[in-house]
Amino acid sequence: MSITVIYTIATLSVIGTSAAVILFFVAQKFKVNEDPRIDQVEEVLPSANCGGCGFAGCRAFAEACVKNGELADLYCPVGGNETMNTVASILGLEAVKKDPRVAFIRCNGTCDHRPKTSHFDGATTCAIASSVYSGESDCQYGCLGYGDCYDACDFDAIDLREGMGVPLILDDKCVACGACVDACPKDLIELRKKFPKDRKVVVACRNEDKGGVARKACSTACIGCGKCQKECKFDAITIENNLAYIDSDKCKLCRKCPPVCPTNAILELNFPPRKIKKEEKEECNTAK
Amino acid sequence: MLKTFKLGGVHPPENKLSADKEIQVLPLPKSVFIPVAQHIGAPATPTVKRGDEVKVGQVIAKSSSFVSTNIHSSVSGKVKKVDFSEDSSGYPKQGVFIDVAGDEWIDEIDRSEELAREFDIDGAEIIKKIQEAGIVGLGGATFPTHVKLVPPKGMKAEVLLINGVECEPYLTSDHRLMLEKADEILVGIQLLMKALNVEKAVIGIENNKPNAIQLLSEKTKNYKGILVQPLKVKYPQGGEKQLIKAVTGKEVPSGGLPIAVGAVVSNVGTAFAVYEAVQKNKPLFERVVTITGKGVSQPSNFKVRIGTSTSELVESAGGLPESTGKVISGGPMMGRAIASLEVPVTKGTSGILIMKEEESKRKDYIACIRCSRCVSVCPMGLEPYLLMTLSQKQIFDRAENDRVMDCIECGSCSYTCPSDRPLLDYIRFGKGKVGQIIRSKKK
Amino acid sequence: MSKLLIVSPSPHVHSDDSTQKIMYRVVLAMIPALAWSVFVFGLDALRVTIIAVLACLAFEFLIQKYLIKVKPTVTDGSALITGILLAFNVPSNIPWWIIVIGSLAAIGIGKLSFGGLGHNIFNPALVGRVFMLISFPVQMTSWPVNRQSGIDAVTSATPLGIIKEGISNGTPISEISQSLPSTFELFWGGIGGSLGEISAVLLVIGGLYMLYKKVITWHIPVSILATVGVIAGIFWMVNPAIYINPLYHILTGGLMLGAIFMATDMVSSPMNPKGQVIYGVGIGVITISIRLFGAYPEGISFAILIMNAVTPLINYYVKPVRFGGK
Repeated sequence: MSITVIYTIATLSVIGTSAAVILFFVAQKFKVNEDPRIDQVEEVLPSANCGGCGFAGCRAFAEACVKNGELADLYCPVGGNETMNTVASILGLEAVKKDPRVAFIRCNGTCDHRPKTSHFDGATTCAIASSVYSGESDCQYGCLGYGDCYDACDFDAIDLREGMGVPLILDDKCVACGACVDACPKDLIELRKKFPKDRKVVVACRNEDKGGVARKACSTACIGCGKCQKECKFDAITIENNLAYIDSDKCKLCRKCPPVCPTNAILELNFPPRKIKKEEKEECNTAK
Repeated sequence: MLKTFKLGGVHPPENKLSADKEIQVLPLPKSVFIPVAQHIGAPATPTVKRGDEVKVGQVIAKSSSFVSTNIHSSVSGKVKKVDFSEDSSGYPKQGVFIDVAGDEWIDEIDRSEELAREFDIDGAEIIKKIQEAGIVGLGGATFPTHVKLVPPKGMKAEVLLINGVECEPYLTSDHRLMLEKADEILVGIQLLMKALNVEKAVIGIENNKPNAIQLLSEKTKNYKGILVQPLKVKYPQGGEKQLIKAVTGKEVPSGGLPIAVGAVVSNVGTAFAVYEAVQKNKPLFERVVTITGKGVSQPSNFKVRIGTSTSELVESAGGLPESTGKVISGGPMMGRAIASLEVPVTKGTSGILIMKEEESKRKDYIACIRCSRCVSVCPMGLEPYLLMTLSQKQIFDRAENDRVMDCIECGSCSYTCPSDRPLLDYIRFGKGKVGQIIRSKKK
Repeated sequence: MSKLLIVSPSPHVHSDDSTQKIMYRVVLAMIPALAWSVFVFGLDALRVTIIAVLACLAFEFLIQKYLIKVKPTVTDGSALITGILLAFNVPSNIPWWIIVIGSLAAIGIGKLSFGGLGHNIFNPALVGRVFMLISFPVQMTSWPVNRQSGIDAVTSATPLGIIKEGISNGTPISEISQSLPSTFELFWGGIGGSLGEISAVLLVIGGLYMLYKKVITWHIPVSILATVGVIAGIFWMVNPAIYINPLYHILTGGLMLGAIFMATDMVSSPMNPKGQVIYGVGIGVITISIRLFGAYPEGISFAILIMNAVTPLINYYVKPVRFGGK
């Protein structure tokens, strides 16, 4: 009996030792010499592997940072300026500074604003629905609501708001990686400048139809009337193709434009309530 | 021995409700909307503006490039506006709105019903006339016919195949046309043969239309070089590649055009339009449309002016049934569901199918049980279950390797899937994405 | 118009086939063999089947509802098939608790741990069977003698077991075969064995029904049976003294059951005819190798499980015939 045990132990030991020796030599032979700074850079990156930087993952981004020699075109939107500064100090380079951004869905065509004119019964993704037709409402530009952006988001930053028709981006979780921007077949999502306390003034509409047509399709559509443009003192508002657009880099959050909009297409979000009563404004964005 | 194509295929219930209904002329509509993009290729450029008076057959939009066609007015009256409105693609498209007044045709058109059999005209001129008449493939693909008739350099057409298969369930417009306009179609085929400089033409007809097979076989005795080939009923035999395989036994290589095996395929409706264009100087501004469905009180075949709204057609067939769930422009396998009855009849509209609500709803799909039926019914020898997963997970390089671009979107896979999975929905999406990737690589 | 039109991508029609229908057709195809086993082994067979089916359905429901918290899919019929197949693979005198454990292994490990219907790599019933065979070898391999042969409730070995033991003792085939049932008995089902494997003819009838209803294609069963037949035939021709004739191999043991009902399981078999033939040949080769050279008298379940594992690889490399060549 005991001899069996000894044999077993001996055999296993021999196999184990020889395997270790082989592994050691193989590892020596195939050793890849990598710049140790790649590991250091990767260490400080957020490890989200979201691809928001344009690379396949954090490792690829770290390699690019080290090899590139400068950081001009490289930016990690998730880590932001702080991370980029650390990366820069590791590599002894200069980091670019960027304003933090946040994604926003430029459509407020929730079910109560936009009457349904047909019923879609295909595979429920925005990409497929938009390849079949313009959508369940008469607005061909608006959100389809099947949540391709929700599926694309790695950070749980999108609330699908089932039944509402339009998802909502949660500013505190959004890292502006841009995955949803690419996922939206209607090209509704935009990365806007992030203001303190997540405040924003924004045209929540992309409808380029003429005023009457747009208004008929959605009660809160931008009709391109231009009133907001006249009100703006900072040249932040442009009107093109019957649609107003507020440039977030120029906007000073003065809140002059929302009250003049005849269709409430301009939203002001996360501000303290106005002193003057403005009830109908509120109901659009209390969805959270 | 009946011929058919080898790989895959399904046999959905035929439901040819309007097969014995003669073609009626639809009363003139009050107004029409004629889109300028009714074909594959660049949209035509409108040449009329608001307030212009137009006559039937007058050019209202000019072909803008080689792969494009002219658009003609189908009515006489006054142009109301040139604007956007929804067509069967589901998106607003540019087009000309015309308010109908009277029915005044341009003088060039020979309106007699007599058969004009003889022609003395050379091939290039035939092609020119076809191009001017704005003729496109009337089977539904709407590819400009004059482009097809000019083979790429170094290639030569050997045989002309005429598609009289009409493999889509419900539709009967081609069938009726073959029965009522047999001689005209045959003259049209001869014109096409002359244009292509081929000696042989074969008309493929599925065996569920014995009267058409018999009539055309009888008539072809008087026309040199034209044969009728009866085919076994199998969907999608009307697909270009499947028809070539069925009739000639040759397979068009992956990514290739039918001309690669020396074949050019045209629809019987197209042949008829060619006859009218060349022999009667009549541009393409009307076509035969089947209006059918289980709930429709009078399934019929109508000769319809292009631009007539679907609702007019529906009214003439006895009105929209209460039970309607879905209205489809085209057949049930490849047609497009339309969201509004204002969608106009265009050159590619072979039928309007009205489905009952209980037929229209899809069931919720469940997990793939890997029964491999989609693989066995795919006429292109693809693996739909795999392509769906790859498209869903956006693994487009593998989808490309597994030949997603070969998909002809016939819908056999979705039709047959016991788990009701939306295979084609996703494959079509993947195909679009892979197409984009391939195009961007070429640039 | 008051109602909204429905819009969806094409196709707009669907065949009236469904997964549920396919599953119930398989169940129907198993009924003749099941009925015969009840006739042969009495109510015991029915008891085993009912326990197996109920256990499978119950585990599927409980695990889906409370453990992985998804909507239970008990009604789709797949757990029912697993239950019946599991019963087909055990002797009729097996204790009830072994069946329950086997069902748990089949549904829990074999099916739901992979993600449920459609995602399992291995045939769940076979996972259950092999689990039981390895855990309870004694109970799983003592079969009651066929009532038809006259003596009730005495355990006996299967024909393959007798051959295996005989050969390992050095007895020539001619002598062993005296204690073996005749080929004809094997064919109509006058032998001892597990519930579902005793009558080849009834299994074939079930298989033909499934072929007719297009639940299965001929590729898998035929390639398995042909491979086993050919290889066994070669050995038999080389030395008939120690190898039994190929017909005996085809008709004995679970080969028919495996080839017709287990290997053809849609979920775990390859997706195109070429792949299915490769899969079938693989099963045949492994089965006959185990039977002739392995420790177990019977090898079909291991063979199928091994080829199940190879299936994804076959699907990856073996592509269907494409239209347009290449």
